[in-house]
Amino acid sequence: MGDSGSILGNSVFRLEDPTLLTGSGKYVDDLDCPGATRIVFVRSSVAHGELRSVDVEAARSMPGVVAVYCAGGDDLGLAPFQSFPMLSEAVNRPVFARDRVRFVGDIVAAVVAESGAQAVDAAETVVVDIEPLPAVVTQAAALDPAAPLLFPENGSNVCFATSFGSEEDPLEGAEVVAEVDMVSQRLAGVPMETNGCLMVPGEPSGGITCWISHQAPHSVQPALAAVLGLEPAAVRVVCPWVGGGFGPKAAMYVEYLIAAAAARQLDRSVRWASTRSEDMVALVQGRDYTMTAKLGLTRDGRIVGLDASVVASCGAYPLLGAVLPMLTQMMVVGVYDIAKVRFSGTTVVTNTTPVGAYRGAGRPEATQLIERVLDVAADQLGLDPAEIRRRNFIDPAAFPMTTVTGGAYDSGDYAKALDAALAAAGYEELRAEQARRRAAGEPVALGIGVSTYVEVTAPLGLHTEYGAVEIHDDGSASMAVGTSSHGQGHHTAFAMVASDVLGIPMERIRLINSDTAAVPRGTGTMGSRSLQTAGNAVFAASTVVLERARSIAAHQFEASPQDIVTGAGGLHVAGVPGQSVSWQELAVASRDASLLPEGLEPEPLRHEGDFDGTGSTFPFGAHVSVVEVDTETGKVTMRRHIAVDDCGRILSPLLVRGQQHGGIAQGAAQALFEWVQYDDDGNPLTTTLLDYPVPAASELPSFEASNTETDSPLNPLGAKGIGESGTIGSTPAIQNAVIDALSHLGVTHVDMPCTPERVWSAIEGATA
Amino acid sequence: MRVRITVNDRVEEHDVEARQLLVHFLRETVGLTGTNVGCDTSSCGACTVLLDGESVKSCTILAAQADGAAITTIEGLAGRDGSLHPVQQAFREHHGLQCGFCTPGMVMAAVSLIAENPELDEAGVRLGLEGNLCRCTGYHNIVQAVLAAASVAR
Repeated sequence: MGDSGSILGNSVFRLEDPTLLTGSGKYVDDLDCPGATRIVFVRSSVAHGELRSVDVEAARSMPGVVAVYCAGGDDLGLAPFQSFPMLSEAVNRPVFARDRVRFVGDIVAAVVAESGAQAVDAAETVVVDIEPLPAVVTQAAALDPAAPLLFPENGSNVCFATSFGSEEDPLEGAEVVAEVDMVSQRLAGVPMETNGCLMVPGEPSGGITCWISHQAPHSVQPALAAVLGLEPAAVRVVCPWVGGGFGPKAAMYVEYLIAAAAARQLDRSVRWASTRSEDMVALVQGRDYTMTAKLGLTRDGRIVGLDASVVASCGAYPLLGAVLPMLTQMMVVGVYDIAKVRFSGTTVVTNTTPVGAYRGAGRPEATQLIERVLDVAADQLGLDPAEIRRRNFIDPAAFPMTTVTGGAYDSGDYAKALDAALAAAGYEELRAEQARRRAAGEPVALGIGVSTYVEVTAPLGLHTEYGAVEIHDDGSASMAVGTSSHGQGHHTAFAMVASDVLGIPMERIRLINSDTAAVPRGTGTMGSRSLQTAGNAVFAASTVVLERARSIAAHQFEASPQDIVTGAGGLHVAGVPGQSVSWQELAVASRDASLLPEGLEPEPLRHEGDFDGTGSTFPFGAHVSVVEVDTETGKVTMRRHIAVDDCGRILSPLLVRGQQHGGIAQGAAQALFEWVQYDDDGNPLTTTLLDYPVPAASELPSFEASNTETDSPLNPLGAKGIGESGTIGSTPAIQNAVIDALSHLGVTHVDMPCTPERVWSAIEGATA
Repeated sequence: MRVRITVNDRVEEHDVEARQLLVHFLRETVGLTGTNVGCDTSSCGACTVLLDGESVKSCTILAAQADGAAITTIEGLAGRDGSLHPVQQAFREHHGLQCGFCTPGMVMAAVSLIAENPELDEAGVRLGLEGNLCRCTGYHNIVQAVLAAASVAR
């Protein structure tokens, strides 16, 4: 691998594209299923209240209605849903709201009808009587001793807590303390394809096939099986083409449980296609932290200690979002040598949509916390933001090393990335231009923001994955993996790996994934884990298959296996023209005892295994954001964004660049535009794409993305994840740039999203 | 009511409900699922098709309004021999798609944009595609693809 003939490291066009570019890829709502019914959910329009009654009588008699479900009526026998065994059962989610509703979007009833229009019409006749209770919307409100409790039996609105180093004061001995309160506001993932499913009863025999728009079919399978009372093997979970995920589609959805249970009860296929406005309250959301950071330093800008606390709102029912403060805690020291840390993380339930993973999930919050307070410190000390970072980087000679907060960093060279980013940006010239504009009193200020970050990919123990490679009788190959591609280009990436080992053209290598009937086990695609886990599993399996094939070929030519090399169409004896055997012949020979050398048993030319990366990898990088801020209107315009992301050794520059670009855009979205908002009564205010401003092409610049390459020692490909780096690095860089633009006016902080109103108010507040 | 709409050079004559949107006519009545639905406020552009050669969000008009018109969807863009349209080809070469869900609408919008003005610059592409959202690519490579396709068209 990696020799001069290798395709690894080259830009190769995607194998997925011809299908997607011609509209031939079938997403879940495109699947043809004659006679399928449609399910529509009746959701609470009140954030918090006592559920007095649900009257579904009128709905039952509406045209086309097949069934209506609700608590107190036919509830399909579904027990309350527990997302995490580590959380109290007192906070489990009743699948159909019972006695109480806890967020706008809570499911009160479900209507199954012959057509979607009939289901919608019938759902509108369901009469729901709710006596409103005071709503808890913010972290501060949830923690108020007088706050209404979402789950009185839990005794508190706190559902999870984590802390580190609480005994000694980490700021002791500091000559300067920088302090800042900030928020990482609630975001919506907004994959362009909304959530949905198609539940088909009967197959496998006596079971059900569940087509879902998801990132992790193998995690949905046991959850569905347990609720349906079936063996996991009787529940086949398949993801067809999936139109984006970004984390929210890694969660388990009660909608799937209801649709599957209804399909089994009715013995009819049931289809759910979430509308966008439904997705904006029902798809799990991201972030929603309030944070306080205190950083102690010496006068020359060296960090003495960090004292940080975060409060996360996980919404009405705890999902993954409830425990993400653990990841924030681990990553809070970032790329810096910080000896003393105190961290406290608290998670509260609120009357809002549940929070799960969203691009970064716990790490953007950590990066923002340390990168923001470091800029405050630099401002206080009169140091350049780049310089204060450089003075505190972990020494590149220290790797592998474990930080005080338990991050087992595999490799890194943080100054290398920062140097590259500053050079690409023309940092000195930018600072000169900024000074010139300030001196001239120009109303449009230039802001330059820096962030240097490290993140963790394949986190939370997700570093093991299944992979298999097989050569077929027609000479083609297939790869089966436990990850689940939904836009990343796994077919292309993994085929590059297998092709590089075997010499089989990528076009002749199929990818099998996202189907529990075709892949025996797997974890799915999240946490930027796929290449470093499944990619390495494919590499390992390809290598074993090649070794077997070489033994077979060597036996045929009475040569040494060492002399057998890959080449066009199959294997060859090095330096002996004409002595070659095709992959077709090798696949057949592999099952024929008479053609095998001693010691090889007849079996398919195939190998499967589980690659164990033994730990997470830690990608890193440096971003420089250049913004213009109109000080008269508060409008921020991104002028340039320079990203240097190090994801280890690069397999496909094309795919890496795409991940960087998309990640930067989502980071910019948080820094400047997006915010899931609620009013004081818990009514969501951003339930459409008119109210929730996903940025368009016209609001973003082209990006200047590049890479440094620092191999991970934890896997043969040297790979780290790249899926979330762009978001983690860009968000604080852009926020810092906005504040940097206004620092001469006395502005020291602006919360995200840095909207014109907030920026203008900050300027007014500073100059008033 | 009965409509007669030419879809990708094929005449489709069907009885439709007066309230049926063009996008549902295409997806459900004609069975062409390449055109996607990504929102319910005409914000995302995933459903963009060509109506008599100009881009239109097919969730904003009724099938009845398209009576007598010629519609081109993503399925009708490639050549009969399967060769990709220059815009499709440019999206592939410039990695202008990831999950592919916005892609049919984005490609159709780009075809129309280039037809209107092949002398596009980056700002023109960004403004011209303002009505089409993509969550994966950050638009960078889409812009590159459209600029490349426009230069082919010139």
